[in-house]
Amino acid sequence: MSKLIPSAAKLLSGATISKSTTPAVIASKTSYSTKSESTFEIKPYKLHKLEKGPATSATLTAEDALQLYEKLAVLRRIETASGNLYKEKIIRGFCHLYSGQEAVAVGMRAALRDVDSVITAYRCHGWTHLMGVSVLGVLSELTGRRTGCSRGKGGSMHLYGRNFYGGNGIVGAQVPLGAGLAFAHKYRGDGGVAFALYGDGAANQGQLFEAYNMAKLWDLPCVFVCENNGYGMGTSVDRSSASTEYYARGDYIPGIWVDGMDVMATREATRYAIEYCTSGKGPLVMEMETYRYSGHSMSDPGTSYRTRDEVQEVRQTRDPITSFKEKILASDLVTADQLKEIDTRVRKEVDEATKQAKSEAEVGLEELSGDIYYNNLEHVIRGIHPGAPLQHVEVVARN
Amino acid sequence: MTGILAQNTLSRSLLQNVSNIVKRLSSHFTYYPDESKPIDGQTNKMNMMQAINNAMDITLKTDSSSVLFGEDVAFGGVFRCALGLQEKYGKDRVFNTPLCEQGIAGFGIGMATAGATAIAEIQFADYIFPAFDQLVNEAAKCRYRSGGQFDCGGLTVRAPCGAVGHGGLYHSQSPEAFFTHAPGLKVVVPRGPIAAKGLLLSCIRDRDPCIFLEPKILYRSAAEEVPVDSYEIPIGKAHILREGDAATLVAWGTQVHVLLQVADMASEKLGINCEVIDLMSILPWDEETVCNSVKKTGRCLVAHEAPLTSGFGAELAATVQAECFLHLEAPVSRVTGWDAPFPHVFEPFYLPDTMRCFSALQQLINY
Repeated sequence: MSKLIPSAAKLLSGATISKSTTPAVIASKTSYSTKSESTFEIKPYKLHKLEKGPATSATLTAEDALQLYEKLAVLRRIETASGNLYKEKIIRGFCHLYSGQEAVAVGMRAALRDVDSVITAYRCHGWTHLMGVSVLGVLSELTGRRTGCSRGKGGSMHLYGRNFYGGNGIVGAQVPLGAGLAFAHKYRGDGGVAFALYGDGAANQGQLFEAYNMAKLWDLPCVFVCENNGYGMGTSVDRSSASTEYYARGDYIPGIWVDGMDVMATREATRYAIEYCTSGKGPLVMEMETYRYSGHSMSDPGTSYRTRDEVQEVRQTRDPITSFKEKILASDLVTADQLKEIDTRVRKEVDEATKQAKSEAEVGLEELSGDIYYNNLEHVIRGIHPGAPLQHVEVVARN
Repeated sequence: MTGILAQNTLSRSLLQNVSNIVKRLSSHFTYYPDESKPIDGQTNKMNMMQAINNAMDITLKTDSSSVLFGEDVAFGGVFRCALGLQEKYGKDRVFNTPLCEQGIAGFGIGMATAGATAIAEIQFADYIFPAFDQLVNEAAKCRYRSGGQFDCGGLTVRAPCGAVGHGGLYHSQSPEAFFTHAPGLKVVVPRGPIAAKGLLLSCIRDRDPCIFLEPKILYRSAAEEVPVDSYEIPIGKAHILREGDAATLVAWGTQVHVLLQVADMASEKLGINCEVIDLMSILPWDEETVCNSVKKTGRCLVAHEAPLTSGFGAELAATVQAECFLHLEAPVSRVTGWDAPFPHVFEPFYLPDTMRCFSALQQLINY
């Protein structure tokens, strides 16, 4: 992807829309956008106990736009591939798809720095990839193979990566862990912020409130992010929660409501949150209002508790990828051809990873008793066969 | 004999798995229907889910203080055990709770203490742990610590448990042993529809808080002729399903079916008759039946899906060796899950299936 020479950009930018081909590549049919950056308005945030919120407009460079678009496209494609693999019974167990919610993860990740940590629940495939795990690492973990990021031992809900603490199956259990991660950042003085994500269903778990209290009491650099997709499995937010203002649930912790379908809103809000936490002001709660197209998991068609019309309506009017695409095309940050090229490349990458994820082998059987302990003092793992225990195996190098 | 037995087992297993044909045949057991008739009268073919539904229906109909609540029970629950109950009995008696197990348990204990018959559903037994404090510290001790003034005997906590073929770490656990360690609770695990209905009705009517763990793999695959009327199967009594003199095989839930098949194999391949006991009630458990059986046979094998260390088999083994020491021809054998988290890809290697139990039985016999 070539960039415009800044001087050329100045020449070409103007009121009229014009496309020109670069002289350097003769055979290329690609047109280049006319603008190198553009500013977009963001839907107003709702604030709880905050005077000033995140920026209400965002500036994107052409490069930003393409990168964000690519990430959105990869996440969508990974979920589609996962859904298909599940239907083919190559992924077994559970599979919770993120389709529709991509803007939350992509926008947040764009603002995160390398030092920050993230922990989320089971709708985690997209986050795992964004935090550095290859598409193959994600897909083969889903298919339970050795190239999976957890060696195939965790499956869909237990994906991990650098500064990415999963991937957690038990609802809400990851949030107190997030507070602990934040404490570690503060203790180490590394300036990092911990992001603990959870859903609207988990918002009613008692342990969240315990975590809120500890974070506020000790001024931890923790951002609690509620990905409110409207439904906790099949229960709509109105039927599960006495208060659906999840951004205000932290009570004494200030909160922000963000349009989670807008990747720029989520990015700006996260930038604000990082600034807030790193200036010693303590924790923050963010509610990202978003939507999931699929059911709760692959066993849920997702149509018994909401109408197909509702799902269609969101797809047509608020889809995070389509609306972002429209914005960046309309502002001439990118061309349709560039986006198409990304789509094709992403599809190919995911398809290849899918193929490999199907053909790789599982880890060896000895790992059934592998890494149960750091140091297994008994040396053996007892069980089925009386008198023929398994050997505890230390798979990952001990340090 | 081999061919016929194999064919019978095969065709029975095919029939049981007709609905599973499109899926990978991941069942590690063959289902043996209960042909007993606990009471006279009309019966209906019901699977375990329907039998449980029926028991709750009868309860809601006859006990005006009874309520059923839990995550998603209003539309029937994720396993449909509560199907149709909200329509029949109304939103104030059958209702959804938010996603908060500790809250559900505590709330249920409170209702029961105030005199209601509270049936609390925990969506998967793997999620019961936030409620563990409430159940162990409150429910189990309520009567004792108040000197009998208050109790939550009207509480029954139901949860689907056990391996299902693809559940992984958090949809396959068997936590019965944890709860047997809390005096004041009763823990019950049925092996099929007839047992489920009778035992659930007993638990609901019992004046002590009960944990009723339902092996989820049996919800659909186990179908029997279940009496439509109300009947109870007493808690604390084990069932001898097969009589024999060579060895006593003890299990509960899904594992009972594994051991029945092992007994068949033993009869066919080793020419011995094993006694198979379904414990049914884990706490309190029927020491008398088990020990009398072991005195007769001299050999005992206990099997369960839960991990070996401190699994309930440990309690059984300790008691059997203490009570039947001089009658034992061999040490008590336990065939259980490995001391590892319930694995994702290794499930077939984790479970104490037929071949593994049979192998242990052979060692037991040849000791």
